[in-house]
Amino acid sequence: MDIKRVKDYFYWLYFQYLLITCSYVLEPWEQSMFHTITVTVLAMVLYTAYVFIPIHVRLAFEFFSQMFGGQSESTV
Amino acid sequence: IHHIVQNGGLYKKPFNEAFEETPMLVAVLTYVGYGVLTLFGYLRDFLRQWKIEKCQNATEREEQKDFVPLYQDFENFYNRNLYMRIRDSWNRPICSVPGAKVDMMERVSHDYNWTFTYTGRVIKDVINMGSYNYLGFAQNSGACQEAAAEVLSRYGAGVCSTRQEMGNLDKHEELEKLVARFLGVESAMAYGMGFATNSMNIPALVNKGCLILSDELNHASLVLGARLSGATIRVFKHNNMQSLEKLLRDAIVHGQPRTRRPWKKILILVEGIYSMEGSIVRLPEVIALKKKYKSYLYLDEAHSIGALGPSGRGVVEYFGLNPEDVDVMMGTFTKSFGAAGGYIGGKKELIDYLRIHSHSAVYATSLSPPVVQQIITSMKCIMGEDGSSIGKTCVQQLAENTRYFRRRLKEMGFIIYGNEDSPVVPLMLYMPAKIGAFGREMLKRNIGVVVVGFPATPIIESRARFCLSAAHTKEILDTALKEISEVGDLLQVKYSRHRLVPLLDRPFDETTYEETED
Repeated sequence: MDIKRVKDYFYWLYFQYLLITCSYVLEPWEQSMFHTITVTVLAMVLYTAYVFIPIHVRLAFEFFSQMFGGQSESTV
Repeated sequence: IHHIVQNGGLYKKPFNEAFEETPMLVAVLTYVGYGVLTLFGYLRDFLRQWKIEKCQNATEREEQKDFVPLYQDFENFYNRNLYMRIRDSWNRPICSVPGAKVDMMERVSHDYNWTFTYTGRVIKDVINMGSYNYLGFAQNSGACQEAAAEVLSRYGAGVCSTRQEMGNLDKHEELEKLVARFLGVESAMAYGMGFATNSMNIPALVNKGCLILSDELNHASLVLGARLSGATIRVFKHNNMQSLEKLLRDAIVHGQPRTRRPWKKILILVEGIYSMEGSIVRLPEVIALKKKYKSYLYLDEAHSIGALGPSGRGVVEYFGLNPEDVDVMMGTFTKSFGAAGGYIGGKKELIDYLRIHSHSAVYATSLSPPVVQQIITSMKCIMGEDGSSIGKTCVQQLAENTRYFRRRLKEMGFIIYGNEDSPVVPLMLYMPAKIGAFGREMLKRNIGVVVVGFPATPIIESRARFCLSAAHTKEILDTALKEISEVGDLLQVKYSRHRLVPLLDRPFDETTYEETED
């Protein structure tokens, strides 16, 4: 029973996505094209985030800690 | 929070009108949706032009390809790419009398709404939330129907002439006396079609050299009549009295555009209830302005006659004003009286002038006799002259239904526009896919609603419009409300955050001439 509820919930979320992006009114081949493009763009965004964000965060942290860390050393 | 407007004693009861602002996220997503549909529209147009796909809409012929293009503007683009995809929510054929419940013919489309075929099945007892049946007189049995059938067997159905030639029946004279008595004016005249009443009579009243001040959201018939008359038209913001006063003062101070001569006449065009917004005109203020600046008032009570006021006499009675203050009172018989046609009421000299000079009286066929009898019977019923209290009960039932329905919808969390007392209830949907989805889902649950999008409304403010009726019992309304709530949860249209924009209510003073924002 729970699996059915989870599946219904995911179907409802998919329905909301269809309504908001207006692919609910498109014909099936247009819908497939739109889904392909959306999934491709989303995949590329996620991959870029995975590759670049941790390195940038580490570099930014090092830059700021070096600036503040250097200051506190000089006062001692 | 209801913003109560009490303007120095002009209003005898609170005027509760609210237009909640569009939530920012919803507006952005609506534009995103329209953007996607526009892109796919361009793609389909490209395919159609290069003959990769069969073109099923109207195009020019081969010989005319070098002429001025006919179908390249935005209206036609919208029509073939957006309207066609959701067109099954409109023009649905019904096959019974449009009372509280109606029978609809089922139809399917196998090529995405370009053509429809009937399955032969009839969907019975669909709850009718779309007909302008405010007092429930759309019936096929009862006193109105019997009287109309008797007149039909006596006079026949056709009149075969115009009012001025041989089409002036004694029934028409009786009707006009009755309408004049109902409204409280000196005299009235009835025409065959409500749209034609507006568009053919405004040119008879004003012409070049006169000024028309018309509300932003006036009906197409008023706009057409104003344009046909040749007068100068200036538009004031919807129901905004500061804007109207500014225009009146500018008109009187500066006069006609080039010659600076005074205007021959200034006519203010307003409607009683605006059918797309559900708002009621601020009539006490309009009449005060009209008297101060000596202009004339044309009031179109198409939706408000029979639906407002303690005894159904319209918006003038609702505010407790004198009908003689309104110079031209126009209305239609289509909405509350269950018939067809329109009327104009006013002073005797005005109506006598219109009998001779109105285009509709000279060229259009007059009302058909059974229709006239339906109007006469229903009007007598509303006034209580047929001896029963059905009319009074209907008017009270409509007012109760209105208050109950609006209160419940607001509690559920929908964004509802308009005045608390108006039987026209617009529910905002905003996104284009939800227009089609709402119409279809409601029909699946056996409720027929009217959904409206561009071009009848601004492009992001699409809505579903409910028209309440005295024929709806509380059980019908409860069923409808339950289904509306279900569909609202399914489609996520409960946008209201219960934050109402306070209505601009600055007392008029000499310095408020700049552009006012609502």
